[in-house]
Amino acid sequence: MAEFTLPKNSKVGVGKTVKAPAGAAKVKNFKVYRWSPDDDKNPTLDTFEIDLNDCGPMVLDALIKIKNEIDATVTFRRSCREGICGSCAMNIDGTNTLACLKPIEDVKGDVKVYPLPHMPVVKDLVPDLSQAYAQLASIEPWLKTVTQPPPDSERLQSPDDRAKLDGLWECILCFCCTTSCPSYWWNGDRYLGPAVLLQAYRWLADSRDEGKGERLDALEDPFRLYRCHTIMNCTKTCPKGLNPAKAIAEIKKMMVERQG
Amino acid sequence: MTQSYKIIDHTYDVVVVGAGGAGLRATFGCVQAGLKTACVTKVFPTRSHTVAAQGGIAASLANMSEDNWKWHMYDTVKGSDWLGDQDAIEYMCRQAVPSVVELEHYGLPFSRTPDGKIYQRPFGGHMRNYGEIPAQRVAAAADRTGHALLHTLYQQSLRHNAEFFIEYFALDLIMDADGACRGVVAWNLDDGAIHRFRAQTVILATGGYGRAYFSCTSAHTCTGDGNGMVARAGLPNQDMEFVQFHPTGIYGAGCLITEGVRGEGGYLTNSEGERFMERYAPTAKDLASRDVVARSMTVEIREGRGVGSGADHIHLHLEHLGREVLDQRLPGITETAKIFAGVDAAKEPIPVLPTVHYNMGGVPTNYKGQVLRPTATDPAQVVPGLMAVGECASVSVHGANRLGANSLLDLVVFGRAAGLFCGEHLTPGATQPELPAGGDELALSRLDRLRHADGSTGTAEIRDRMQRTMQNNAAVFRTSEVLEEGCRLMDQAAGALADIKVTDRSMIWNSDLVESLELENLMDCALVTIFGAEARHESRGAHAHENYSARNDEEWMKHTLAYVDADHKVRLDYRPVHTYTLTDDIEYIAPKERVY
Ligand SMILES: Cc1cc2nc3c(=O)[nH]c(=O)nc-3n(C[C@H](O)[C@H](O)[C@H](O)COP(=O)(O)OP(=O)(O)OC[C@H]3O[C@@H](n4cnc5c(N)ncnc54)[C@H](O)[C@@H]3O)c2cc1C
Ligand code: SF4
Ligand code: SF4
Ligand code: FES
Repeated sequence: MAEFTLPKNSKVGVGKTVKAPAGAAKVKNFKVYRWSPDDDKNPTLDTFEIDLNDCGPMVLDALIKIKNEIDATVTFRRSCREGICGSCAMNIDGTNTLACLKPIEDVKGDVKVYPLPHMPVVKDLVPDLSQAYAQLASIEPWLKTVTQPPPDSERLQSPDDRAKLDGLWECILCFCCTTSCPSYWWNGDRYLGPAVLLQAYRWLADSRDEGKGERLDALEDPFRLYRCHTIMNCTKTCPKGLNPAKAIAEIKKMMVERQG
Repeated sequence: MTQSYKIIDHTYDVVVVGAGGAGLRATFGCVQAGLKTACVTKVFPTRSHTVAAQGGIAASLANMSEDNWKWHMYDTVKGSDWLGDQDAIEYMCRQAVPSVVELEHYGLPFSRTPDGKIYQRPFGGHMRNYGEIPAQRVAAAADRTGHALLHTLYQQSLRHNAEFFIEYFALDLIMDADGACRGVVAWNLDDGAIHRFRAQTVILATGGYGRAYFSCTSAHTCTGDGNGMVARAGLPNQDMEFVQFHPTGIYGAGCLITEGVRGEGGYLTNSEGERFMERYAPTAKDLASRDVVARSMTVEIREGRGVGSGADHIHLHLEHLGREVLDQRLPGITETAKIFAGVDAAKEPIPVLPTVHYNMGGVPTNYKGQVLRPTATDPAQVVPGLMAVGECASVSVHGANRLGANSLLDLVVFGRAAGLFCGEHLTPGATQPELPAGGDELALSRLDRLRHADGSTGTAEIRDRMQRTMQNNAAVFRTSEVLEEGCRLMDQAAGALADIKVTDRSMIWNSDLVESLELENLMDCALVTIFGAEARHESRGAHAHENYSARNDEEWMKHTLAYVDADHKVRLDYRPVHTYTLTDDIEYIAPKERVY
């Protein structure tokens, strides 16, 4: 029989448990994925008992409380704490979302916190997103024009044309969607994934952009675009309420239209 | 000790520290000028705090009401309570229009007027015809202008193939014996290596230090790292006692509700339902300057007219604007109010409180972005090889109080200016002398000391002490007694750093160590803020001193220069405010009383 080993980090052991202080009235268990790059140990799920009466409302508040008061080695990204920077994307209670916008109360039972799935882990809740960032750069996400803009004033764009960008430009590049997409899990090296395709469509939809032909050419490939099988996980999970699946469908439609 | 760390050396023409609006604009400006440029940033560029800016960016485009740069300049000078340097203010207000037009040409998705131009909204302190009636001057992308701006600048950086060092934490500057800056040392969080960057010029663009306070609208990463680096290099920070309280932070959470909502017609009321701003600012009302509105709210609360069960906050009304305006122009804050205040802004008022928001002070520079090291005989002396832009700098265009929407403008105007300056004054690929021996010692010993720190007080506990002291003792209104006590308490908080305990000893993504390094930076910022405030015996802009309630131009129309030594002792000095403009196109605007 062939040797079979699970990939690194995939076997999660039971970790330590830190009890809530005596007298805590409203205790909730936070089970947090831990993995350190400094030793060869398998990841664990540590349990922290938190008194919700002494904690802010969001999952990020609890993580910060754990880091400040219980275990300073717990590691995660955070910055804006208001859902606009995209740093604190993680898997909470089985869903990819932003810890700073996720109310603890919305989670029934224990709060399980894992890093974004199917990305290499750097440490604890910090995934390595460099592949996704490189894919973003690959679609050349900037305004392309041939026509010179007026020298001293803005290009004009009607409010209707501008409205076509709504639901696209607000993306915060948190990659909750991309890391929830089964197609991306299996073909992430070649499939661009929903976040980057939403960005691609943001430029295709911009009335000021004059690079449509070359943008579509670059996506005309069995993998980059066409691995999307409309599974809709991406749209379901987007913490900003955006709809990458629809953007992808629009790109596919543009492909068909240009074939005449 | 350097032996125990893996060290990688680089040579660049320019190294920019920071990838917010200011850092990105400087970075690709330098690349455009043909300079080999590195941008070092502790967070991925689009996660920088600029992304959170909401309301907009000021420029006298005159798309929606008559306007010109002179009115904008007048408002900025008046907003600064005459502490701003008028040569720099003239430069900024004149460059505003081309800078914002340039952003549109880069693809920034501005909201539009019916005829397709950039949409502009009214904002606090921005007036027509030298203070007559509110002007529609603030260019906006809904209420997510910072997001639109930061992403656009990142896109342009990609387009120009800028070189990024992402999730690298800059530790300290490398200075030589002649006092020139020669580079910077950074720690790569991803693999733990130390990187030594040698450069002809280092540009600091590290943002503000809102996190010196307990409650602020700023992100967790706003920790004054550039200001700390400058202090440790023996250089001054300027006007740090001027901390802006934004009138409308969400009560409790501290998240911002942009002034743009008042620009769109929102207003404040007290417990009697009175629109009290009409009493304090008969002309501008709810659109008076931020310091004025924040003080008025504080007075209302103090005199027992606050709302809520504790009578300790104020109501902000948007209900009358209607769902459609909210959806179209203010979707972001509608969502924020829902999530963080549990309020449907289309139906009920939002509970708000003045909240720490912006640092007018920072690394002193001239309008070109060169860092100053003023001496008694030469107040304009520059530090060779060092520049600063954005919120970490004090140019000074904001003086004692920044006007809303002038910060995003500051970022792009002076970020661009820094790129232009480097393009003019540096030769691409010019040979650089060897780095001074031991030039990295400051950075490495600090890192090593904190990494192994095994005292008895955790980082979070010392930080909490500092934040609460600043919150209580350097607030909207200040008195000598409270400030003196604050100085004592801050000395104690800084003293506690000697006993700090860091738990994580790893070199890879050690965020415990990052927070400890940040805390040292915050501490120096907080110290000079409160010592500078204690010393300034007048009231000007955001510094409202109850024992000295008037502005005193005779004695105090000067910039504070604050130095901190290795033992956290503060030394204060001063330099004159520039009482001249840049060109003959406009005359110096002489100080007068500030009424809105
Ligand atoms: C909620 C909110 C709303 C605002 N709205 C407006 C508005 O509508 N209009 C307006 O004009 N202004 C607004 N402001 C103010 C304005 O957003 C900020 O002043 C401005 O964004 C600061 O930009 P910056 O480029 O200087 O720094 P930031 O955007 O803060 O960027 C700092 C950069 O420095 C890097 N950095 C810091 N320390 C280190 C280190 N040690 N090593 C490596 N890198 C480091 C960070 O990674 C980051 O990239 C708002 C501010 C807040 C808090
Ligand atoms: S709709 Fe497409 S992109 Fe979205 S999750 Fe499904 S396969 Fe992935
Ligand atoms: S589309 Fe939504 S989930 Fe995907 S990256 Fe953008 S904001 Fe995040
Ligand atoms: S901390 Fe910025 S999105 Fe959560």
